[in-house]
Amino acid sequence: MKNGFVIFLAGFAVLVTSWGAFVLGPQLQLGRAKQVPILNSTDVYPINRPGEAAQGLQVYRANGCAACHTEQVQQDGVACEVVLASAGKNPAVVSNLLSTLKLNGLTEEEAQAAVDKITAAGGKVETHIVATGPDIARGWGLRHSVAEDFLYDFPVQPGSVRIGPDLAGVGSRSPGANVVLQHLYAPKSVVKDSAMPPFRYLFEVRKIGGAFSPDALNLPKEFAPAAGYEVVPKPEAKHLAAYLLSLHADVPLYDAPFTPAATAKP
Amino acid sequence: MTVNDTKQIDSSCRVPLLVLFGGAALWLVVGSLLALAASLTFHMPDKFGDCSWGTYGHLQPAADDALLYGFCIPAGLGVLLWIFARLGQTPLRGALVPVVAAHLWHLGVLVGLVGIFLGDSTGFTWLEFPRGGSALLFFAYLLLGLWALMNFSGRRDRGMFPSHWFLIAALFLFPWIYSTANILLVGWPVRGVVQAIVAWWFGNNLVFLWTSLVGIGAAFYFLPKFSGRPLHSYYYALFAFWTLLIFGSMRGVPVGAPVPAWLPTLSAMNSLFLVVPVMAIAVIGWKTVRGGAAAECKGGSFCMIKFGFVAFILSALLLVAVSCPQFGRVTQFTWFGAAQTQLQLYGFFSITMFGAIYYILPRAVGIEFAFPKLIRVQHWCAMLGVIIFVVSLVIGGVEQGLKLQDPHVAFADSTKAMLPFLRASTTGLLFMLLANLLFALNIFVMILAWKLSVAKALFAFVISPLTKSEVKV
Repeated sequence: MKNGFVIFLAGFAVLVTSWGAFVLGPQLQLGRAKQVPILNSTDVYPINRPGEAAQGLQVYRANGCAACHTEQVQQDGVACEVVLASAGKNPAVVSNLLSTLKLNGLTEEEAQAAVDKITAAGGKVETHIVATGPDIARGWGLRHSVAEDFLYDFPVQPGSVRIGPDLAGVGSRSPGANVVLQHLYAPKSVVKDSAMPPFRYLFEVRKIGGAFSPDALNLPKEFAPAAGYEVVPKPEAKHLAAYLLSLHADVPLYDAPFTPAATAKP
Repeated sequence: MTVNDTKQIDSSCRVPLLVLFGGAALWLVVGSLLALAASLTFHMPDKFGDCSWGTYGHLQPAADDALLYGFCIPAGLGVLLWIFARLGQTPLRGALVPVVAAHLWHLGVLVGLVGIFLGDSTGFTWLEFPRGGSALLFFAYLLLGLWALMNFSGRRDRGMFPSHWFLIAALFLFPWIYSTANILLVGWPVRGVVQAIVAWWFGNNLVFLWTSLVGIGAAFYFLPKFSGRPLHSYYYALFAFWTLLIFGSMRGVPVGAPVPAWLPTLSAMNSLFLVVPVMAIAVIGWKTVRGGAAAECKGGSFCMIKFGFVAFILSALLLVAVSCPQFGRVTQFTWFGAAQTQLQLYGFFSITMFGAIYYILPRAVGIEFAFPKLIRVQHWCAMLGVIIFVVSLVIGGVEQGLKLQDPHVAFADSTKAMLPFLRASTTGLLFMLLANLLFALNIFVMILAWKLSVAKALFAFVISPLTKSEVKV
């Protein structure tokens, strides 16, 4: 039994250590996290989601969307890109030089070397930082997801499996609420090969009264309801769409830097 | 210990075990029906859009929770109660308390599952049950756990066996992690991504560590018993116990998670070190079983526990493999994870529990199973099902991961490429459903037979003529 007591104590110590490392530690490091400045900007990130989008997060939770979708873009690393701002007085020389140089996927030293060469020829260039990796190449985001992206969310649902595409930046790439709603009602009407089940229960098919409802979906023929009927999103569907459109993890931060497209224009 | 003592110990556990295992068998069937329905979503996605509870996002978490909370935990607790009684050579006292706790537990699972279908899921993986269900589960576990510990401390044989360490550690682990997770994620939620970290920590500690402790604890009791050789050896077991507890409890945050980098790094390092306890446990199993006297298994308990043991080693090795960054990057966000979880929860834990329950229940109740031949069929179905499921999704997961890693492959193609593998995994689920039905059949018929025998005894008692001594002349 003496032995038993020692084993008990040591077991307790292990569990306390595990708790300290994975519960207390992160809480001390991140529990009081605040908004952070956006790089090269006076704005801060993130802002709280607007009311409808915050309600939409609860629709996302209640329907278990995270069972199929992740909200975490992955990144392999960063690379430099050299972009010509102006050709200077000798455009022909610079243009010849540019055709011989590699301008994408450079390390910092390579980029500096290229910049030096072009500057020497009289051209003016900018160096951009871009994130690299398959998720970035797919256009799912401009940088990897970081803790700040989830600061005001409850519950935080990063997801674990990509049966459907990543949604961390879906608000940035989506054409708008109408398309999102149509996608929810009839996924195959938007993406031909979609494996997503339709969420028809978030919509109401009703007889057209006096006039069309302003909310009614504009569906292609094979997905449209019978003549005289229209498909109108319920409030849950609108909230969910608002939440999805509020997902833009696309500002440069200290822990996930990149050069945003807006400043890339000369 | 005389035969009568053993019989008395076994029968003292009868009613709690019938309640724990009976409910567990029911949830096992419910869980596999839900899992099958969820997997049908992939074969006919258009059919599931008219009601909220029919969607994958409701069915899959419900299926997972029904398997883990509905079957695994009550089955593990029942086996634990019985092993404590046997090892301590003391009949279970106050059997009413675990019976009440078991009813509360199963009620909690019901409340939780209904909550998920009503859209009240908390949104955290493995912690989906809304607070009403969680509270019931917590108090039921506390009641049952405290009772098990009281029985343990009152045991006649004062020895402390390797099985004891594993089972007692598991007994303490659950309230610890479950209260932490519920307080910090549901009650007074922490901010931001700390929620996700706590949820990952909780999920790993429950799904991997708790089941490993209980399953290996049970195997360390049954393997020596069946092979007629002592456990090899005390110090190997102690070493395995420590390393499993240390490396198994401090992991769970996946590679590339949007959290400070030290967390995934620490997790990956500890996952890699899991190879140490796994090797130790494999050596213990091998040296204990090899060349044993009674080492034949005709599809019975011994066979199942051996299969579960091997499944544990494979399941943990999958975790070790994922800890290597190059491989982990490919398999993250794929079906690989689901395959590993199924191997852990079903291939290892559930099949070990089947073996244990088939051994324990006839002894505790004093009635043989009505369909002993079906036990063998059940074993084959369960084994075949889990092998088909895991192999197809492991291969499919790697394939899917390679496609996801190549940005030139359209996303829809990575989903399409999974279809043949998903068909195979659905076939696996069908076999597992069949196995679970056969298991439940034997358990339910036994419960019925026991209730009948109780009723008969009661009836006989009521109509029996009074004995002479009780009649006043």
